[in-house]
Amino acid sequence: MALNAKIPEGPLKDKWQNFLDKTNIVNPANRKKIDIIVVGSGLSGGGAAATLAELGYNVKNFYFQDSARRAHSVAAQGGVNAAKNYKNDGDTIYRMFYDTIKGGDYRSREANVYRMAQLSVDLIDHMTAQGVPFGREYSGYLSNRSFGGVLVSRTFYARGQTGQQLLMATYQALMKQVKAGNLTEYRRHEVLDYVIVDGKARGVIVRDLITGKIERHSAHAVVLGTGGFGKIFYLSTLAMNSNGSATWRAHKKGAYFANPSWTQIHPTALPQAGEHQSKLTLMSESLRNDGRIWVPKKKDDQRLPGDIPSEDRDYYLERRYPAFGNLVPRDVASRAAKERMDAGHGVGSLKNAVYLDFKTAIGIHGKDTIKERYGNLFTMYKKITGIDAYKEPMKISPAAHFSMGGLWVDYELGTSIPGLYAVGEANFADHGANRLGANSLLQASVDGNFVLPNTISNYLSNEIRTGKIATDSPEFEEAEKAVKNQLKKLLAIKGTVPVDQIHRRLGKIMFKEVAMSRNEKGMKWAIDEIKKLRKEFWEHVAIPGDDQGSNSELEKAGRLADYLEIAELMTVDALDRKESCGAHFREEYQTEDGEAVRDDKNYMYSAAWEWQGGKDWKLHKEHLVFNDIEVKTRSYK
Amino acid sequence: MKITLKIWRQDSPKSKGKLETFHLDGVEDDMSFLEMLDMLNEQLATEGKRTVEFDHDCREGICGQCSLVINGQAHGHESHYTTCQTHMRSFKDGQTIFIEPFRAKAFPVIRDLKVDRSSMDRIIQAGGYISAFTGMAPEANSIPIHHNISESAFDSAACIGCGACIATCKNSSAALFMSAKVAHLAKLPQGQVERKERIAWMVNAHDEEGFGSCTHTGACAMVCPQEVELLDIARMNYEYNRALCSTN
Repeated sequence: MALNAKIPEGPLKDKWQNFLDKTNIVNPANRKKIDIIVVGSGLSGGGAAATLAELGYNVKNFYFQDSARRAHSVAAQGGVNAAKNYKNDGDTIYRMFYDTIKGGDYRSREANVYRMAQLSVDLIDHMTAQGVPFGREYSGYLSNRSFGGVLVSRTFYARGQTGQQLLMATYQALMKQVKAGNLTEYRRHEVLDYVIVDGKARGVIVRDLITGKIERHSAHAVVLGTGGFGKIFYLSTLAMNSNGSATWRAHKKGAYFANPSWTQIHPTALPQAGEHQSKLTLMSESLRNDGRIWVPKKKDDQRLPGDIPSEDRDYYLERRYPAFGNLVPRDVASRAAKERMDAGHGVGSLKNAVYLDFKTAIGIHGKDTIKERYGNLFTMYKKITGIDAYKEPMKISPAAHFSMGGLWVDYELGTSIPGLYAVGEANFADHGANRLGANSLLQASVDGNFVLPNTISNYLSNEIRTGKIATDSPEFEEAEKAVKNQLKKLLAIKGTVPVDQIHRRLGKIMFKEVAMSRNEKGMKWAIDEIKKLRKEFWEHVAIPGDDQGSNSELEKAGRLADYLEIAELMTVDALDRKESCGAHFREEYQTEDGEAVRDDKNYMYSAAWEWQGGKDWKLHKEHLVFNDIEVKTRSYK
Repeated sequence: MKITLKIWRQDSPKSKGKLETFHLDGVEDDMSFLEMLDMLNEQLATEGKRTVEFDHDCREGICGQCSLVINGQAHGHESHYTTCQTHMRSFKDGQTIFIEPFRAKAFPVIRDLKVDRSSMDRIIQAGGYISAFTGMAPEANSIPIHHNISESAFDSAACIGCGACIATCKNSSAALFMSAKVAHLAKLPQGQVERKERIAWMVNAHDEEGFGSCTHTGACAMVCPQEVELLDIARMNYEYNRALCSTN
């Protein structure tokens, strides 16, 4: 299938309006005849489910957590961007579009990014109306802070719990729809496969995680708001149960997977303390507004940070990038930290961290102001490390965070399977090769609340005469059988190697060779190792218990089986791209002073991979066209 | 360090549960409490034994999915921590640790340490929202809200819905949880319109779910990971009485 991005006609700024003017919509009286399955309850999935239910469709919402309020959007800390220009600092929709395209190193689709910037303005209005207690000035008006990669203040925030507050608004809207009878929740249900009938997505096979029962559910369309797969690295900022299975299993049913290797490594997470560690807690990027990052100039400096005088400190971001300083984008900040640590300047017992220091800011603004801005982050830091960051600098380290890649979608957020849509982090659309801070909450919310409900009607308008989709067709039969067989196969292994142990080893391979810095030799080694590990998994993994009820090891094993395949495609994708762009840094393609070298002539495309039944992948290129922005070398110097 | 664990095992909601004893060696100070349970489960999996089921997800204190009553206290002995933020450095070598599920009539056990907390969602479903459909919102700055009011609304809105307040309360009351939502929305101008209906519907739902009454012992606020104030319960009672007397 050739890729058709379905970008609407007209000048960039009119495309979304032109789309809305001409798209097909569904008569309110007909919406009750239409069933929509939404997978995921976060800002994208939950936002889509609540909005579609408001519109009058029958919505079935599936998620694996015990409540919709637990979706991982909850953990986003720093903020959400919007081009409101409340600060009168020259912000415009175009500037936000420009910053996002540039931040993504010219590897995203113009029309999608512009639409996101346009709708950012409406999103803040919507969330405020829903009761989100955004930070405010004493005048009563909304307050803003700055995030990396931009020169204006356009980030709206609710202390360091912005994701939580946006998610609560979304969750409350969902709960209202449940009570109203427009939406049925299937909590603690995991989607294990999709049912394609006559080429269209028509349903899902799910497992009830309490009873173990396998169920069939049908619908006229299926929407995935299932997030990213950064947990493939095992150690990441993601929640323990975040996984790539929902998108991966869609990929294996025919949905193209785009730019899978583009993973954001977040520069400010807590460093790993030991082998047993399960998670790297994120410290919000907003801290870089007031915190200064440094390492000792001397290698193996044993002095306490407070005893190291200014002249012996290397504020390496301020040194290398004077224009943006501590607020360079995440990929740049992470790579610069890695460069210093590799050169022997890392701090902490494992030499795997750098300092994030608030002394200057506390001196200027006072402790109370810093506390009001970041209080919960300092508290969280103390709970985990036992250290008071008001008195000594935080130790931070890069950690796997966000998947820029995901299911390939067109302008309408439709995947390459008709009737299957992907919203939020589950798709690949808006961030190019590097996501700017505070654009994640934005994209997820905008996709779910504003974009998808308007684009999916274009498809559903042809479904009003279809009638209920039966679940006793051969297609459902076959999909259910495949799911049951896989569970049986997993349980029959009865090995002795715990799931998490294999997952940790996969994470190490991936973090070493397919993360911040990549080269051909390393990645070829990685592919061999992944294949070996996959073999070991299917022969020796330990999954005790059965499938008749709650069994966390079985759930994790199913997800790891998918990760062991995703890992290979990530590496294949990274090998294919012989250039450096954004988070994808190929050691073979860099300048003398270690900056990325893009190859626009050969690689100005999004790589959409087609599953070929397990033997290699077929590459489809979506060539990117930039009419409204001059493509330049990205510089933050 | 070495520790002994006495963990509640219960196969299904209806079966009878009991404490089972486990011994762990090599527990490290900087392990989180849940990483210690991961270690136990890896041991059990290697031996082919069914692992201990417990709820957890973000492991940074914000999703509210982890629970556990540790040595008789919801989320353990550290005030205002979640279980996932509790670290083994606060336990002693050789210590025996009792781990049980959150207990309340409205929290039936699913398996081992996993409980069903959907009763809390049903309180929110009853009225814990502002009915602002997508697309109808006015410009965000058209309604100024005083800095302090917004901050105070945030303090209530910070509730993570973990249910520790309920597991701690001798009456299994969800008063603190419910009041946090009532107060969050009542403090904001956007929440005024549905104020009267909201409180009536939520209180009814609370009682129907089998949560007990509040007798103001304040134990809930002592364990709350987000330090939601006991004053929110007074604010909720004010809302309730106001709704009884007011015409709108």
